[in-house]
Amino acid sequence: MTDRASSKESNRRPPIAIVVMALIAVAVLALPLVGLLQRTPWSSLGTTLGETATLEALRVSVVVSLLAAAASVVLGLPLAWVLARLSFRGRALVRAVVLLPMVLPPVVGGIALFFALGRRGLVGRALHNWFGLDTLIGTTAGAVIAAAFVSMPFFVITAEAGLRQLDPRLESAAATLGARRWTVFRRVTLPLLAPSLAAGATLSWARALGEFGATITFAGNHPGRTRTLPLAIAQANEAGQPETAIAMSVLLIGVSLLVLIGLRHRWIAPRTRQPADSTKTSPS
Amino acid sequence: MSIQAEIHAATGGFTIQAVFDAPQGSCTAIVGPNGAGKTTLIHALAGLIPLQQGKIALAGQVVDNPAQGIWVPSDRRPIALHSQHNLLFPHLSVLDNVAFGPRCSGMATRPARQQAEGWLQKLGLADLAHLRPTQLSGGQAQRVGLARAAACQPDVLLLDESLASLDAETRTDVRHLLADIPATRVLITHDPVETRVLADQLLVMEQGQIVQAGTPEEVTADPRTPWTAGLLDINLLTGHAAGTQVALDCGLALTTATPMTGPVLVTFSPAAVTLSTAQPHTSARNTWEAEVARIQPESDRVRVLLGAPAPCHVWVTPQAASELGLSAGSKCWAALKATELTVREA
Repeated sequence: MTDRASSKESNRRPPIAIVVMALIAVAVLALPLVGLLQRTPWSSLGTTLGETATLEALRVSVVVSLLAAAASVVLGLPLAWVLARLSFRGRALVRAVVLLPMVLPPVVGGIALFFALGRRGLVGRALHNWFGLDTLIGTTAGAVIAAAFVSMPFFVITAEAGLRQLDPRLESAAATLGARRWTVFRRVTLPLLAPSLAAGATLSWARALGEFGATITFAGNHPGRTRTLPLAIAQANEAGQPETAIAMSVLLIGVSLLVLIGLRHRWIAPRTRQPADSTKTSPS
Repeated sequence: MSIQAEIHAATGGFTIQAVFDAPQGSCTAIVGPNGAGKTTLIHALAGLIPLQQGKIALAGQVVDNPAQGIWVPSDRRPIALHSQHNLLFPHLSVLDNVAFGPRCSGMATRPARQQAEGWLQKLGLADLAHLRPTQLSGGQAQRVGLARAAACQPDVLLLDESLASLDAETRTDVRHLLADIPATRVLITHDPVETRVLADQLLVMEQGQIVQAGTPEEVTADPRTPWTAGLLDINLLTGHAAGTQVALDCGLALTTATPMTGPVLVTFSPAAVTLSTAQPHTSARNTWEAEVARIQPESDRVRVLLGAPAPCHVWVTPQAASELGLSAGSKCWAALKATELTVREA
């Protein structure tokens, strides 16, 4: 009885220490944003955001992040399928390499890309010699590659998890009803995977949107071609235009918040999915 | 022959061997204890597992022959499979689940849905067309799965315990529907009545092998293994009911405890019949003089097969059999209480 009473007591009044530490954590994460918003020149925000340089950076950001997300989906889905469905030697190693950019400092990624794709790099020289394709450095294509490098792992890991959740017997059931491979993929696999694919694509797009280190190291900082919003923000901050930097930061925060709110059920706190019949087939 | 199968296949260390043929439009029932390999056999026909040896020909087309390197995948076989797990597509409505097969055969959405509606109606599911599979009960999901397979209008329809979770009434309706489907049907079942009513051929599987094959009547009259005897330990006669009177198709009339009208199936246990040498004066509502067709001693009892007028089998003790002097061709009287009869709509 006393036990139950005391547990009720603790339900009503949670441990002080835990609450305090949770509040400190929230402060660490939220205070910088509050500081930024407090310094935001709301009245001139519209004019600052309307400046040519800002709009140009926004355009580059949108183009680069969307192309990087598209590349992540087109190349990442087959990769996720291979990782989820095929068992082969060294799969763990492949997965580790694929996910490495998630933990690697982006600047390291940028340098690595430079030595691979730069004019004297491993692949860059071949591209130059065989196709007369000159360096990707300083081009929007280079910025897209840098953004895809850091953002594709987010898509692959989400899509692979989705594929692993999918009951493969649903696909064979479709085949026993006469569905060809492509039809099975289009009418069964893809629709069942759609929530995971949408979440993965959005996450990788958000990561590409915020990309800074790899882009500036590999693709450079060229207005209209590789200068995305994060690069423009750093540029403005260093050039003593904090107003512009703050305005563009607020823009990025707004976009990021919208994405997170849109994703809150899919990734942040997934709702429990109702599995189809999960009993295993046994010979009977 | 619509199915010619010589199956040697293995899943997870478990091997099955089965050789059988099935004529076009026939119905083959597979019975056997759990783990006997029934599902594995059906999966081999469906192309979900490859043969190790042997061959399978469906509707005249060789679909699997490892020796000749022939392998036709599931989607190009003239089959449709209803799995015991139903495996309905959770992202499609009931209607679109059933329309899936017709759509795959190249039909446009609208006619495919019309066809699916027809199947749902036949199975009493028309009201559920717009529900999602997660909203269905077990029995409803099973009927939707069955409708989805049947809607493919395959040459060979493979049914893995498709009637298992249906209630008695629905089961009768579905049985009628299955009897009317022109496809060559192969069905796994645990229900002796289903076997007797639907099947032209009965395969008994135990431990990965076909241990007995024949018409249901043949297997019932002479079960080779204890499991088979246990499953088929039931007498089944067909007839026409009018109130508590049933005029059996074999000519005999029986009194039952359940008033019914129309065509019926009458079942009773072989233990429910008593035999005597003279006409008994008894409370049992049904007595008739029968000819003994065969005497078959089993481990601790004797199986007496009665011939005309009502073919059925009866258990007696070895002592009773010798006291009554039963022998093939002799006559005896059978008595059967009305309350021992189970009557159901045919």
